[in-house]
Amino acid sequence: MMHSKKWVSLARLRKGEGGIIRQLPEGDLSVKLMEMGFLPGETVLVEQVALLGDPISVKVGNSLLTLRKEEARNVMVES
Amino acid sequence: MNRFKRIALVGSPNSGKSSLFNQLTGLRQKVGNFPGVTVDKRSGWLQLAQQQMAEVIDLPGIYSLHPRRLDEYITFDVLLNSENEAHPDLVVLVADATNLKRSLLLCSQVLDLRIPAVVALNMVDLARSGGLAIDTKQLARQLGVKVVPINARDGKGITELKRALQTRIQTPAHDFIDSKQLADGLLEPLQQLTGAAAPYAALQIACHYINFYCFNAEQKARLRSLLEQHRFSAARMQAEETLKRYERIGRMLDQVAHQITNPEHMLDATRRMDRVLLHPIGGYVILLLIFLMVFQAVFSWAQYPMDAIDGGIGWLKQKLAAALPAGVLNDLLVEGMLSGIGGVVVFLPQIMILFGFITVLEDSGYMMRVSFLMDRLMRRMGMSGKSTMPLVSGMACAVPAIMGTRNIESQRDRLITILVTPLMSCSARLPVYTLLISFAVPDTRLWGLIHLQGLVLLGMYLLGWVMAFAAGFVLQFFIKFRELSYYVSELPIYRWPRWKNVLVTMVEKGKVFVIDAGKVIVAISVVLWFLASYGPRPAMQQVDERFQQISQSGLTEQEQQEWLRSHKLEASYAGHIGKLMEPLITPLGFDWKIGIALLTSFAAREVFVGTMATIYSTGAGDDGGLDALRERMRNERHPETGEPVYSVATAFSLMIFFALAMQCMSTLAVVRRETHSWKWPLVQLGYLTGLAYLFSLVTFQLLS
Repeated sequence: MMHSKKWVSLARLRKGEGGIIRQLPEGDLSVKLMEMGFLPGETVLVEQVALLGDPISVKVGNSLLTLRKEEARNVMVES
Repeated sequence: MNRFKRIALVGSPNSGKSSLFNQLTGLRQKVGNFPGVTVDKRSGWLQLAQQQMAEVIDLPGIYSLHPRRLDEYITFDVLLNSENEAHPDLVVLVADATNLKRSLLLCSQVLDLRIPAVVALNMVDLARSGGLAIDTKQLARQLGVKVVPINARDGKGITELKRALQTRIQTPAHDFIDSKQLADGLLEPLQQLTGAAAPYAALQIACHYINFYCFNAEQKARLRSLLEQHRFSAARMQAEETLKRYERIGRMLDQVAHQITNPEHMLDATRRMDRVLLHPIGGYVILLLIFLMVFQAVFSWAQYPMDAIDGGIGWLKQKLAAALPAGVLNDLLVEGMLSGIGGVVVFLPQIMILFGFITVLEDSGYMMRVSFLMDRLMRRMGMSGKSTMPLVSGMACAVPAIMGTRNIESQRDRLITILVTPLMSCSARLPVYTLLISFAVPDTRLWGLIHLQGLVLLGMYLLGWVMAFAAGFVLQFFIKFRELSYYVSELPIYRWPRWKNVLVTMVEKGKVFVIDAGKVIVAISVVLWFLASYGPRPAMQQVDERFQQISQSGLTEQEQQEWLRSHKLEASYAGHIGKLMEPLITPLGFDWKIGIALLTSFAAREVFVGTMATIYSTGAGDDGGLDALRERMRNERHPETGEPVYSVATAFSLMIFFALAMQCMSTLAVVRRETHSWKWPLVQLGYLTGLAYLFSLVTFQLLS
């Protein structure tokens, strides 16, 4: 079962891909992300990607959010 | 009761807080500023009972009690600082039922401050149609406060909410989470030091005491040493706190909210629209079309009221000049004050129409999509996706554009946006370009197709964009702020705009501009009027004496008056300054006459044409006047060389100067208002004038 529990960075997911949030970045950014609804255990889905790949829009819980790649980099997702 | 109750509305940005505010206060509301900062303070009156009025304050939207931005600090301070003049007796927590988990995070934090509160649960019906049933009684029991389901848009539940507000409201018996677990041993000394009654309030103050206004230096020093002693880390505490709250909320929701069907439906329509509107190619095409449409409307709709205002002010000036005895007071009132007021009011149609569109785009949810599409490019230029709309608005007028920068989160991005916006070619430059292009560019077609003059005009607009981007790119290396700012934000669901809200915003923005910026503008107009109408006595007397001789000659009455005006201007202080400036501007290809026009066009760029008409005494205004002016300027020769003054090189140099220079006191006044100091408008004036000088110099020297 180990091979299916692969963690990848949210920034590396492509449009239409998603998974379960497992880890948030360190420090104040994690507080901000949690406030907006990024919580360990929530499902996240990449909805749209802007031209040149950044920023991205995602669906978390029951809302649509947009964030930059640098902010998504340390959000680890189990896909 | 000897005092009004003060009720504050607290909620996240898209929770429907503003709609609820409008429902509660109706039109009995006013917009001011929180003292010392540029954050809108919306307050109004609510009739609670027959004999009981309450003041309602709409606090800036927050997602949690961890402030990062200025407006979030305001909300934070109002709630925690009992000495803040807006500190409420009672809070209405606006929670979004379609986003219950996130809303309850904020609710639980405010409740732990132990301020009496009522929860207004908004959009319950929308949540239900999405298949989510919420047991409000159970929710109220769990939170320990009253919960009233409402629909802020159509007013459902407002009566019940008002009724709930009339009753005695108690704080919950237990805190939502135990603050002791978050800071072991620190809490008691902290509460003593800060005097905070609620443990959670003491913790919050510990995180933000540096920005908390009501402590003196000594208190802050003692707080710091206490926190260092306990190795307190705000970020760690906040992360732990947030997780703890969500844990309890999660457990609570299991009992309170029941998912009947799949919840996806609520977002379905929005997600489908995003597939088109955020498409990597299609999205940009639509964006361009929307901007073009907005522009078309702003220009064509604003034209009629602007013409009417111009005409009205002109009529008023004539009437007033005739009604008052001739003299200094007459001149001051008519030429100084009225011209200044006219210069303010004439901007109103564009400002109001533009804000109408901005509010529609904002309300419908599209504005965040503009930001999404443009963020990557704007970030390179030291700005953010939210800078797009201000820059585009700047092509109509920099004033509303700069007023529209408030929703840019990062202070740095916002300041850079403000500083570069005047580089966008605004509508006031158009008459100047139209006049000058006829000297610079032959009236021919390229390959019999493309109108060359039109092409150059397009080039001037492009120059504005290029320079704004270049300036932003450079400025980002000089302007640094110590701030925590993130881009992550909500993409709100698409909705129909609230038309009443659109109308209210238009009126508000117009009022703010007229009152706040108007004062500065009128003051500067009076100074400019003085400079242009008065001069050293001997010089002015000489003009009068020569006029006596002229009046004997065969000139018509009108020609005599034009002669007098033009020579008076030459003898005035402005004329003297123009001549003083001449050595400085000769390298740009300008003579002292252009110097005068540069000086007066500081009031507003389009004044240039009028001043030139006065200098060349052709009678400004109507089209015939403009043609005559063009003819005079074409025939103007250098006294020494006999070369035409308005050569291709001079005309281009002057156009470049107008494209880059900060010649607009309205903009300066608004920048002062938005940045709360004279520093930034002066920096802007300096760097833009320097830039204009440099580029004009290079242009003239290369072309001549």
